[in-house]
Amino acid sequence: MVAYLLRRLGQSLLAVIAMAVLVFLGVYAIGNPVDILINPEATERQRLEIMERMGLDRPLWEQFWVYFGNLLQGDFGRSFVYGESAMSVILQRLPATMELALFALVLAIVLGVPLGVIAGLKPDTVGGRSIMAGSILGFSLPNFWQGLMMILIFAVFLGWLPAGGRGQTTEFLGMRVSFLNLDGLKHMILPAINLALFKMALVIRLARAGTREVMMQDYIKFARAKGLSHRRVVLVHVLKNIMIPVVTILGLELGSMIAFAVVTETVFAWPGMGKLLIDSINRLDRPVIVAYLMLIVFLFVLINFLVDLLYSVLDPRVRLAQRGTQ
Amino acid sequence: MSDISITPPVEKAPQKKAISPLRAAMLDFASSPLAMIGLVVMVVMVLAAIFAPWITPQNPYDLSQLSIMDNNLPPGSESFGGQTYWLGTDPQGRDMLSAIIYGLRMSLIVAVTATLCALAIGMAMGITAAYFGGRIDTLIMRVVDLQLSFPAILVALILLAILGKGVDKVIIALVIVQWAYYARTVRGSALVERQRDYIAAARGLGLGHARVMFRHLLPNTLPPLIVVATVQIAQAIALEATLSFLGVGVPVTEPSLGLLIANGYSYLLSGAYWISVYPGVALLVAIVAINLVGDQLRDVLNPRLRR
Repeated sequence: MVAYLLRRLGQSLLAVIAMAVLVFLGVYAIGNPVDILINPEATERQRLEIMERMGLDRPLWEQFWVYFGNLLQGDFGRSFVYGESAMSVILQRLPATMELALFALVLAIVLGVPLGVIAGLKPDTVGGRSIMAGSILGFSLPNFWQGLMMILIFAVFLGWLPAGGRGQTTEFLGMRVSFLNLDGLKHMILPAINLALFKMALVIRLARAGTREVMMQDYIKFARAKGLSHRRVVLVHVLKNIMIPVVTILGLELGSMIAFAVVTETVFAWPGMGKLLIDSINRLDRPVIVAYLMLIVFLFVLINFLVDLLYSVLDPRVRLAQRGTQ
Repeated sequence: MSDISITPPVEKAPQKKAISPLRAAMLDFASSPLAMIGLVVMVVMVLAAIFAPWITPQNPYDLSQLSIMDNNLPPGSESFGGQTYWLGTDPQGRDMLSAIIYGLRMSLIVAVTATLCALAIGMAMGITAAYFGGRIDTLIMRVVDLQLSFPAILVALILLAILGKGVDKVIIALVIVQWAYYARTVRGSALVERQRDYIAAARGLGLGHARVMFRHLLPNTLPPLIVVATVQIAQAIALEATLSFLGVGVPVTEPSLGLLIANGYSYLLSGAYWISVYPGVALLVAIVAINLVGDQLRDVLNPRLRR
């Protein structure tokens, strides 16, 4: 187990280093770092000063060590637009993204599981079929398109909900959050549903498959034979048994939700990290782009590592497979 | 003595052979009306995209054909010159129907080119991994696993943030995002096929590795690949549209459906819905049609579902 852990940790580190090298090559070797890292509006004297400070006048391999050293200290340079350290600009936007992603995750479970159970209990009815058709659409239609349609219907035609922005926020544990007041919640509903739709389609499929499988088990027949009501069989016996795969998969999907938030945040003008990335690409604010890429890669590798770890704890087959290959 | 007992099967065999496998598959495919509708829509869209310059009412990017007097007209209104704009016009007085057909052309060019390139690379990698096994297999599949552990949209964003805008760059990004799916699919079926006797026979004949891999192994791994490729074209269209919508995809001078939607987005709130919605409908129809065809293909080509 310890050997497996160490090897997995080594792989994760390797992935992060590989990404760092790729980003370095992309920014320093392919592009011209002077153009990329120095504000185009800087004066000639500022340019020379920054070039010397960042070591851009030295050979490539020396630059790599400077870059790597800065990376280890979390120093990605200053944002051209905000004039602050690029990493801190991003970290300021992190809570907004996390709040949206977590809210969407909860929505995906709360709406997806019941729909999936219904589709699993009555697979051949009109209701069951339309739920499945809806989940196929949720999978195959681009996220931004779904978002636009939601804005068109609920904000433009019906006028029930705001079309974008974050609305009022409340101070909570030192962070500004939206879910504690009505205005903030109203602003969060559409983007959260938009972000949740894709995962909801996934949850519906998992819950449906799980329900169909569980319904054939002997313990369900036994529960029925005991005279338990249909309601109790479904709510207690079925639900309990399908939740395990649903929760495991969704834990895995948290990372991809943060990535997909780029699209949702742009559609709904939600002031999170994803919108910051797109804004930075459009404004050529490269230090922020580089910092975002490294942060997201780090987050991903971390989540993948934790999930793998969790799997080997939860699922004996993974452990055995590991032992078998050694 | 066994003459009589042998003849009946010989007689029956030609009757069965009358339907070739390809024809059987086509008949199988046609059994689903939904898939046929999808196929027809797909063919119409491809033809419209190919013949765009000849069938559109105007060339939306030829400024001499645009009249600023016709800007922001709702669908069905008549132009200054007396022609009807069935889907309305945008703020530059551009006919939306023409813009959509040109946009579809761009979307399809990017998606199909990227899918074909990714297919070629993924196929070569997957076959190589399965055929040689060992270290080469481990190396290729590690890269595939690493890449598939990141969502496609994220990998594409990272690449385009570094590479910059442009049609060629979007295609490169889509190829890099997609090749891993094909590599994994091909490797899976090639691993099974490699154990078959005909591969051993081909090797025994002294044929070279490349010939065995591409002439003997590859054709037998194609069916699942065709299914994946069909569905992946739809995915590529959706991903390209998303990237272009975000402003990191194709340039403004060569808009795809995604960019058209993005351009109309700012007018959505002021009520001029048609600039954004109709390109969106075109995108939706294209993706759903391709998925319907892909689903039916999967059923037809999957031997386990054969009746």
